[in-house]
Amino acid sequence: MSTSWEPPVRPEYEVPLAPVGAGAPAHPYARAPAPAPARSLVRAALSQGWLRKAVLLALLAGLWELLARWAGNDLLFPGFVQTARAFVDGMASGELPRYVAVSLGVLVQGYLAGVAGAFLLTALAVGSRIGRDLLETLTAMFNPLPAIALLPLALLWFGLGKGSLVFVLMHSVLWPLAVNTYAGLRAVPETLRMAGRNYGLGHLRIVTQVLAPAALPAILSGLKIGWAFAWRTLIAAELVFGASSGKGGLGWYIFQSRNELYTDRVFAGLGTVIVIGLLFEHLVFRSIENATVKRWGMQR
Amino acid sequence: MTVIPLSVVPSEPLLRAEQVSIDYAAPGSGFGRAAARVRATHEVSFEVWRGDRFVLLGPSGCGKSTLLKAVAGFVAPTSGSLLLDGRPIVKPGPDRIVVFQEFDQLPPWKTVRQNVMFPLLATGVARAEAQARALHWIAKVGLARFADAYPHTLSGGMKARVAIARALAMQPSILLMDEPFAALDALTRRRMQEELQALWEEEHFTMLFVTHSIEEALVVGNRILLLSPHPGRVRAELNAHQFGLHSGGSPEFQTAAERIHALLFGAGEPGAGEAEGGQAAQTKRAWQS
Repeated sequence: MSTSWEPPVRPEYEVPLAPVGAGAPAHPYARAPAPAPARSLVRAALSQGWLRKAVLLALLAGLWELLARWAGNDLLFPGFVQTARAFVDGMASGELPRYVAVSLGVLVQGYLAGVAGAFLLTALAVGSRIGRDLLETLTAMFNPLPAIALLPLALLWFGLGKGSLVFVLMHSVLWPLAVNTYAGLRAVPETLRMAGRNYGLGHLRIVTQVLAPAALPAILSGLKIGWAFAWRTLIAAELVFGASSGKGGLGWYIFQSRNELYTDRVFAGLGTVIVIGLLFEHLVFRSIENATVKRWGMQR
Repeated sequence: MTVIPLSVVPSEPLLRAEQVSIDYAAPGSGFGRAAARVRATHEVSFEVWRGDRFVLLGPSGCGKSTLLKAVAGFVAPTSGSLLLDGRPIVKPGPDRIVVFQEFDQLPPWKTVRQNVMFPLLATGVARAEAQARALHWIAKVGLARFADAYPHTLSGGMKARVAIARALAMQPSILLMDEPFAALDALTRRRMQEELQALWEEEHFTMLFVTHSIEEALVVGNRILLLSPHPGRVRAELNAHQFGLHSGGSPEFQTAAERIHALLFGAGEPGAGEAEGGQAAQTKRAWQS
């Protein structure tokens, strides 16, 4: 006589293992396979990340246009359509690409200088204790300092021109990248280091063959942060000066358009800054990540 | 299990530890204070002969991992000597390859094949030969199908196999295994013990194996050094060559296991049972700083 809280005793069974898909052998829980649920077209489309983001962007653009129409003031708040027209005009006339080229040229120089400096500093920090102290002190001092705050000093030292911009850009990239790279190197698992030493690798080869690849996720994130910092510093610096060096960049285009009350061009300039940022994020950094840290399972 | 006699019996042990004591600086000591030293192992002596499956067994805090790291050359003994083939051990080297417990011992940016080739290339083996040797050992541990897979796609047991293949491909004088199966689930651990046994019967490599499991020690080893904790001292040295994977339930096996248990946790050892003490955790941290 079983009481209500005792589970029933059920018969035992064994099932011979057949290859999957060769037809299920009979057992008490066997049932006909359910038909695969049909996926709707909308659901399939929404599973694509880029499509979701595109829809979101289109919605935002629509909202912007509505707000602009409602405000009805072209001078203060041009709508999406007007901005897009200014953008296309600027592109077609070659005016906007020229400014972009100037900005990117300076940006790349400053960025590369900053990257080289950061790697040099981290190499010193990995190699010696005094280098480590130097890196920790310098990054603690300069990382919180906005790079643009050095512009007056840079202008004094290097004059109005590319030299000042490159100096400020380098400063904006160097410290965040050095901090990230160094943190990444320190976070390498002890087991991995010991494995490297176990094979009799020297100091330099442990750094290049074990520590550097192991720290790659942190290095990449430092490069991304450095890129964003450099971009904003550049635009801000160009707003301050630009004409004096003969030819200006995007920041100068924005500033100049505002002075001439072409508000739609101001918006087009800002849009260009955003578009270039997105392009680099997706084309350069994303593809590097996909080929390395994502492929290696070091980052999701 | 039968022990196959070696064709050439050497008259010298391969590894000789004489009165090895290892201290480490306790965390929290430093500037202005005398550095507090904590003793991990105290005057431990043992000999490992060629072909041995020598097990260091003891609870946490007995210094067994520290001893293995000293043999590997990562940690220098405070006193006593460690001789491999008559030469003192001063630094890590590819003649003593370590298989760690942690899964992150495999560089994630290298495929299984590249992982096994890495130490070979690092020690100057030509690429073609390294490739051939790597593939041979990958096949030996049953991962031929996964030679080009990245470690993050493998299960824990498969990662342990890669680490073993990587170590054996180097053909080290002695294979150092630091609780290699401790992070695996019970079923996989059992399987790995079987496979290690099969590999040893084919290759007869010499191995120093650290574990905290009495059953694993009896199954894997032919000779067991029992260490007592705080600090690590030798409690006994026992034979286990008569036990194999299939003697698990036998009365002799049970007797041996109970004897070891009594030696480690028996009367006259107050506090020996509290294995996972704070000191053990400190030891682990001290080696990582």
